[in-house]
Parts: sequence; structure tokens; C-alpha cells
Amino acid sequence: MTTATDGWETVVGLEVHCELATATKLFCGCPNAFGDEPNTNVCPVCLGLPGSLPVLNRQAVELAMRVGTALHSEVRPSVFARKNYFYPDMPKDYQVSQYDQPLNAGGWLDLPDGTRIGVTRAHMEEDTGKSTHVGGSGRIQGANHSLVDYNRAGVPLVEIVSEPDIRSAEQAQAYVNELRAILVATGASDARMEEGSLRIDANVSVRRVDATEFGTRAEIKNLNSVRSLRRAVDHERARQVALVEDGGRVVQETRHWNEDHGATSSMRSKEEAFDYRYFPEPDLVPLDPGPVWISAVAGGLPSLPAARRAALAAKAGVAPADVALVVEQGLDRLVDAAINGGADPRLALARAANEVAADLAAGLVLDPAAFTDLLRMESERRVTPTQAKAVLAELLANGGDPVEIAADHGFEALADDALEAAVDAVVSAHPSQWERYAGGDQKLSGFFVGKVMAATDGRADGRAVTVALRARLP
Amino acid sequence: MAGPSGPLSGMAASSDGPGSASQIARAVRSGQRSAVDVVDEHLTRIAEREPGLHAFNTVLADEARAAAVRVDGVVATGGDPGPLAGVPVAVKDNLCTRGIPTTCSSRILEHWVPPYDATVVSRLTASGAVVVGKTNLDEFAMGSSTENSAFGPTRNPHDPTRVPGGSSGGSAAAVAAGFAPLALGSDTGGSIRQPAALCGVVGAKPTYGMVSRYGLIAFASSLDQVGPLAATVGDAALLLEVIAGHDPADSTSISDPVVDLQTAVDEGVDGLRVGVVTELAEGADADVAARLDEAVKALEAAGAKVDEASVPAATHGLAAYYLLAPAEASSNLARYDGVRYGLRVDGSDVSDMNHLTRTAGFGNEVKRRIMLGTYALSAGYYDAYYGQAQRVRTLIIRDFEAAYADHDLLLSPTAPTTAFALGAKTDDPLTMYLSDVCTIPSNLAGHPAVSVPYGTGDDGMPVGVQVLAPALGEYAMFRAAGALERSRG
Amino acid sequence: MTEPISRQDVAHVAALARLRLTDDELDRFTLQLGAVLDHAADVAPLDTAGVPPTAHPLPLVNVLRDDTVVAGLERDEVLSQAPAVEDGRFRVPRILGEAP
Repeated sequence: MTTATDGWETVVGLEVHCELATATKLFCGCPNAFGDEPNTNVCPVCLGLPGSLPVLNRQAVELAMRVGTALHSEVRPSVFARKNYFYPDMPKDYQVSQYDQPLNAGGWLDLPDGTRIGVTRAHMEEDTGKSTHVGGSGRIQGANHSLVDYNRAGVPLVEIVSEPDIRSAEQAQAYVNELRAILVATGASDARMEEGSLRIDANVSVRRVDATEFGTRAEIKNLNSVRSLRRAVDHERARQVALVEDGGRVVQETRHWNEDHGATSSMRSKEEAFDYRYFPEPDLVPLDPGPVWISAVAGGLPSLPAARRAALAAKAGVAPADVALVVEQGLDRLVDAAINGGADPRLALARAANEVAADLAAGLVLDPAAFTDLLRMESERRVTPTQAKAVLAELLANGGDPVEIAADHGFEALADDALEAAVDAVVSAHPSQWERYAGGDQKLSGFFVGKVMAATDGRADGRAVTVALRARLP
Repeated sequence: MAGPSGPLSGMAASSDGPGSASQIARAVRSGQRSAVDVVDEHLTRIAEREPGLHAFNTVLADEARAAAVRVDGVVATGGDPGPLAGVPVAVKDNLCTRGIPTTCSSRILEHWVPPYDATVVSRLTASGAVVVGKTNLDEFAMGSSTENSAFGPTRNPHDPTRVPGGSSGGSAAAVAAGFAPLALGSDTGGSIRQPAALCGVVGAKPTYGMVSRYGLIAFASSLDQVGPLAATVGDAALLLEVIAGHDPADSTSISDPVVDLQTAVDEGVDGLRVGVVTELAEGADADVAARLDEAVKALEAAGAKVDEASVPAATHGLAAYYLLAPAEASSNLARYDGVRYGLRVDGSDVSDMNHLTRTAGFGNEVKRRIMLGTYALSAGYYDAYYGQAQRVRTLIIRDFEAAYADHDLLLSPTAPTTAFALGAKTDDPLTMYLSDVCTIPSNLAGHPAVSVPYGTGDDGMPVGVQVLAPALGEYAMFRAAGALERSRG
Repeated sequence: MTEPISRQDVAHVAALARLRLTDDELDRFTLQLGAVLDHAADVAPLDTAGVPPTAHPLPLVNVLRDDTVVAGLERDEVLSQAPAVEDGRFRVPRILGEAP
């Protein structure tokens, strides 16, 4: 946790809406698909035509139960309710959601650094359609009119509400990353923020570090990336602190994050009363998964990120936080296999987190045996790190045998005497620099390593060059 | 226009009469009569009397003839068009019909053409029935007189100065006038049974969930149920058999098998225990009460054991209903916002457009109920109004359970009065609501009930007697309905 | 059970329901809704402590369907009923506020 140094503590609770990876919508058989022609995945039910009725999708319930189980929620009998408000992208002018009896109640999520964030609930609801604004800047403000596409209307969502346990923008970011990893691991969602399948609202407040009561919160919407979330929380914190220190007072309201301006602004356009008038949805019957279904879901759950981090960290002899990225990217099985094959754990983690993660699609199907062989070649100095990276790139692109690839490229680590000769040549070619280096200017170490690498076409091992340079110091 | 002894008295009085649905179907299936002839006879009758009654929002003459031709074609090629072969049916205009305007008698849906058929309409068509028109109703089925139609009231065929009841007034009038032997209605608080009583026809509300609501434009979802109106008890049973049965498109549809209700009609009531509901009988006019007494004697004479029964919480039915139904309606009717279908009155922004559209598109009764329901659900009032009404609903169900512990069926008037004059109650919503006091408890409990014509009042207008049954008690209910019908000869 | 419904209450629920009322209508509806609510108040004194609410007359639970795609509606048919259309979408006047 980052500790505030200005005497103020940030308090954040997140509401994450996640589209479930079903074939069809929550209450009808229309495809749950992104990017199709507008209004082509619609039927009487998801258009809210008069007389139409909803029927609940079993797989959506199953996926929502997986999410709840992974978050240590209690999976309970639940009731759908109607949340009533007018909005043009909502076909019935009410949203079918869960209110006082959510499917998943309570729970928690552990961040890689061990911080536990409480989960209030994870309930099911239907998505709305999508509005496009025409005229003006293309934004809702200043537009001439809007166009509505209902392909997304009725897509199943699970809304995961956290407790106000998050204390910084960085922690909010870590929470979302962890949640995404869980959603992907359980198969509940692809969790792609860029396609809108994961959407975040942040409740942000500030209080004096010694305060026991929470401050008044503002709800921030339109956070389209984890980066936006982080920036918005930081900005909102600063805004609220400045406001209160100026003798002002935070109002409970919804604020809009503007990515371009890097600022939040109040969304209240006029005095409009909201009273959602929740009541039980009479067109649906209660949902009671029961112990058999609940334990089947629990039993079928794959190993989750926290457990995988713990396992890999123990095996690699590092802290769980050090393996977080590898686990989040789903590369832990690759690293695990490499360690089992005798590769150096830290080297395996480093190569997986950097080069392999950079080409993730290929990385997820990379042959663990080839990866292991390459790591061993590097550890045994048969190839230099630079050469190892080149071979790895080739393995990711085309596959193959790392020994053969290295041979094809003429990669082999420079013989010791050749390296010594190259170092001697570079030192004598740059006497003034050598004098400064010998005089203690460590910055010049990189200069000499670079020159030796250039002279040997990258075949020298950087660490060996450093050792050779040090050996020449007076 | 016709009084009670006018042309209407020539209507089929028994299930087997020449104009009955079962007789028509039998004749058409066997090739003795053509469906086209049957339909033409009914269209002729409609042409003669419809202008004075306004039972229909839309008469489907061309579509009905085309459907009749298809039915005859099936018969001609040796096929069986189904149990309602060639039978004209009038369909309440809150049931979706693909390609045919479905208005709910509201300006807001005046020009809406659904892209799909209600499940009950599909079942009608699949059984060989011929839809002859869409019948008038109180706007969105909210009313007890059909005067709340945006397209003008329907008049009672027995006396056109009087209302036909409502909200299925168009369907009841269509059957009473001989426009069709069968009609579909919907019943949220008595909207099939009360107009059936006021028009002198049979009308049944089935057990909640027995008939699919898919394609029935919702008024109050937890109370709405589609059901038959017919000239005879046997025909009502026949139509109910066709439309009943599980529908996977309706989550509140029950999967119990459909029972042979037509057999029940002729079975008699020997040994049935029937209780007259004290609380529902006491508010009725003297002439209505007298008919109820006669019905009791007739059932006793037919072998039933009749005594008094008490459902104390039923007295609170009306109060609970007028909180629950408007609450659901306020939500169900939110979608009429001018965005996707139906009326739009343009505005400066989308909210303004919503306001202008809804203000222009809904009539006063609909607005009243939307506001009432919005209020009942709003923050601060939910527990006192909506929550309390839901608990009263539980009390009513419990009191019914107690009454059914020693009764197979219950009996009451269908409506406290005979048909009243047009305009008599339009200025006083609460008085109008009292028309449904006897029918509402069955909706709250989800139970079936049927109104059977039982003579006339002092004014010569029809009186109906209501037979109530516990959930899925339709078989016993139709036994009693059949016996009552026979007792009037 | 509660205060009688006021003119202000009626104006509030009309706004929630997106209905506009004239002053005369506001007066009339206030009286009429008041009469119905007064009648509804009969249920207030009933002792319902411990009585569970009935949302639904049926004892059904877990009505579920398989996650299988079913053909929907043709866009042209859907849009043919729309008051205004542009680019395959439903056209509406400008939207003043974002969704709550």
C-alpha cells in the first residue's frame, strides 16, 4: 500500500461490470457477439417488444457462479429485480438486475502483494444497448442527435462490487488486473476492456489518515482502461483534497472521466430525480442453484491466479509478487516446465515476463522443451543473452530446435581468448575513456561493453566483458 | 336494438347447438360445412351489427377468408386442420398478431404491427381456428367497462346504452353478438369474467401459468392470464384445452399436462363440496344475490353439497390489487417511450420526446395507474404500500387454502351489479374499481375461476355466477360450470 | 399509514414516469389518487408481522434455457416500426445526460 504523505488517505471501491462469455444473451437466444452490424442480433425479447418475456440462460448462471466461487462468495438463492429508469439504450426502460438477493454474496480477492480486498457482491444483470452521438464532437455533450444499436442489449453481465478497501490508484489497478486474471482463468469472460467487455466505475473519497469515518464519495464513470482508472483516481483524490483543504465539501455525485483533459467533471446536466423503484421481476422465477450445482461449479474450477502465484513463487524461490505478471499472462505453466527441466528459475521468469509475454499468442503455445533447452544454453554461456533473445524470437515465430537455430545463425559464445583480445583492442583504441574509467567513472563501463559487443557482432557475453574490464583495472 | 329476448336469444344455448364451436369444428373436419361458409356467415353478422357495438378494433375479413380457404384445403386433401377447424375466433387486441396491428386500444400503439405471434395465437392457428378480428378493450386492459379505449367504447349487445364490462368488453360483446363463437381475453383482476357476466357469456380465467403469456402485452405480469370467452361452457373448455400447455418462452408457464376439460363439463357435480364465499356474496345487488341463491339450489339439486365458506382476507383484495397491479404496470408501460416503435411526439431532447410521447399517447386511466404504481414503489413508500400489499396477498392465499381444506370449489357472484350505463362511473375511478371486487382475489391467489351466465337481473340484463377453484382445479370447476349451464335449460 | 398524497407527490411521480400534467390535471389526479390510496390504506392496520410477501403465485424455481442461438428478427422488419432511423440504428433526439 502506498502511504499518503500529505495527511490524506484515498478510499476506493470499484464496481466492475463484466460481460460473460456465453453464446447467447441473458434472456433470449440472440448471439452474444461484439462488432456485428447494428441491430442484427435482436429479437422481440432483447428489443423489449410488447408481449415479449425473458427466459434465463443456464450458462450465464453457471459462469456467474464460477466468478462468485473464485471470489470466495457465498452462492445463494437469488431473485431478479427490475431497476426502473428511462434511457434510450435500455429497451424496456428498466434493467433486469439483482438487488437485495444477489447470486454471489460477500467474498474477497487477494492482490499479488498479499493485500486482501473485500468483495461485497457479484450479481447478474443485463447489458444495455449502445448509443452513437452524431454532430458536435461526437460526444454526448453537444451532439445533434443519437443513434441506438441494441445488439448489446441483454448481453449477460456480472457486476462485481468491492468493499471500500482499496487505498490508492496503484492498488485499484492491481485489483482490476487480478480480477481480470480470475475472470479469464475461470472462462467467465475474455475481460477485454478495449471491446467494452470489462467496464469500471470507481467510488472515490478521501479522509484524514487518522479518521475513522469515510468521506463523501464521488462515483467516476467512463473509465475505459486500467490506465484511465489509475489516472482518474489520482486526479479525483487531488481534486477532493484541494476542495476540502479550501474549506469546500465533496458532494455525492457521478462524475465523468475525460481522458483527453485528464480530469473528472460533474455529470449532472439538470435536476433529474432518480428513484429506481426496484421490485421483484414478475416475469422470472427465483433462482436457487442448490448444493449439487454449487459443488459441481466449485469442483470444476481451474487453479486460480493466487494459488498459481503461490505455487510458482515457492518453486522459483521468489516472492509471489515477482511471478504476478507471468501468472496473469498464463505463462506460469511454461515457466514451471522449464524449472522442472533444469532451467534457472530467475532466468526462466525473466525471459517469460519480457520476451515471451511480448508475443503472448505465440508464447502460450511455445514448446516448453525448446524453451528449457534455450534457457540452459544461456545459463551455460553457450549463447550470450543477446543471442538467446534472437533464438527465442525465432522460436516464437517459427518454432524449431534452439541448438539448430543457434548454429544456423553462427551463434556460439566467444571463446575466452577471443574475448580477451577484443577487450584489449577496445581499451587501447580509447585511451582517454579508459583513463576516466580507471579513475572510477563507472558510467563508462557501459561504453566499453557496447564497444566490445559491436566489435564481436554481439557474440560476447556482457557479463564476461564486465569481468574482463574489471580485471584490467589498476 | 336487441333486448334480452331479441335476436340474441337465438344463440346457441348448448355445447352441441349448430352455432357452437365444437359443432362447427366437427362439421368442417368432416367436410359437411366449408370453413369459408362459416366465416362468411360470421362476417355478415359482423357487417350488420358491428357499427352499433364497436366490438372490434380491426375486422380481418380478407385474412379470415384466406385462413378459411386454407382450412378447407387441408380437409379437401384428407388432412385434419385441428380441433378448432374453421371456427371463427375474436382475439383481444392486446395479444400480438404478426403483421396485424395490435394496439391495446391505445394511441401509443395505434400503428404498431408486431413482428411475431403470441403463443396463444399460434396455437389457435395450428388448431385450425380462424381469427376474424382484434377486439376492443380498456386501454392496456385497465378498466371494467371498455370505456377507456382510445378508439371509443364497446356497447353491450343486450342493451347498447350500457357497457359490456371490461377490460375484455370487445371479446365478450363479440361472442354475445354472435360475431364469433369463441374469443380470447385476458384477465388481470376480472377482465374476462366480469364482461362475460355483463354480456351473458361464459368466461374463464385459468390457473396462473396454465396458458402462455408470451405475446400478451403485459398489464400486471404476476396477475395477467389469457383465457377463453364462449357462448357455452363446453366451448370455453374446448378453447382452453387448445391454448393451455407449457411454453418454454414463458418462464412462468407450468408444465402440468392439460386435462380433458370437455369431459368435465358433462360429468355432473355429484359429491362435490361447494362453499359460497360470504365475504364476496354480501356486497351484491339483491337481484344478483337472488340468482346466486338459485345457482346454489341448482347445484344442490344436481348432487353437490353446498354451504358457506369464509375467505376473510378477500375483503382486502381490492386494496392490495390496486397497489400491486399499478406497480407492475408502471414498469411494464415504461417501454412506450417513442424510441423503438409506436407513437413518437418529437421533442427538443430525448427526455422531452419521452414526456411528450407518453403524455399524448396514454389516456387518463393509464396515467392514473402508472402514477399510482410509481408512487407505491417509490422510495419511502415501498414497504407501506407495495410490501404490505404483497403480504396481504399471502394472507389471501392462506385464507383460500383454509377454505379449500373442506371445499372442492367456491361460489360467488361474478360482479356485484348487472351492466351499468355508459358514462355512469367514468368520473369516479374508485367506484369503477369496485366492479372487480369479487374477481380480484382469484388473480391475487393465481387460482382459476369461471363466470357462467345465470339468468337476468331486474333490469333484464345478464347476471353471472362465479365458480372459483384452487390452483389446477379446472376439472372440478368445469364440472360445476357445466351443471349450472344445464340447470338453466 | 402515511400522509395523504400531496400535489407535490403527484408532480414527482409524474416526472418519474415521464408524464406532463397541466395544473388542472394535477389537481384532479391528486384527488383521485388520494381516494384510491385512502381505500388502499385499509390494508395498513393488518398485522402482517412474520407474513412473507408473495411476489408470485407460482412455486416455480430455476426456469432455465440452454445457451443455444435462436434466429432473431430481420433488421428491416424491426426498423420498419421505428419512428426514426439512420444508418441501421434507431434515431433519437439528443440525449442530455449520461446513463445513471
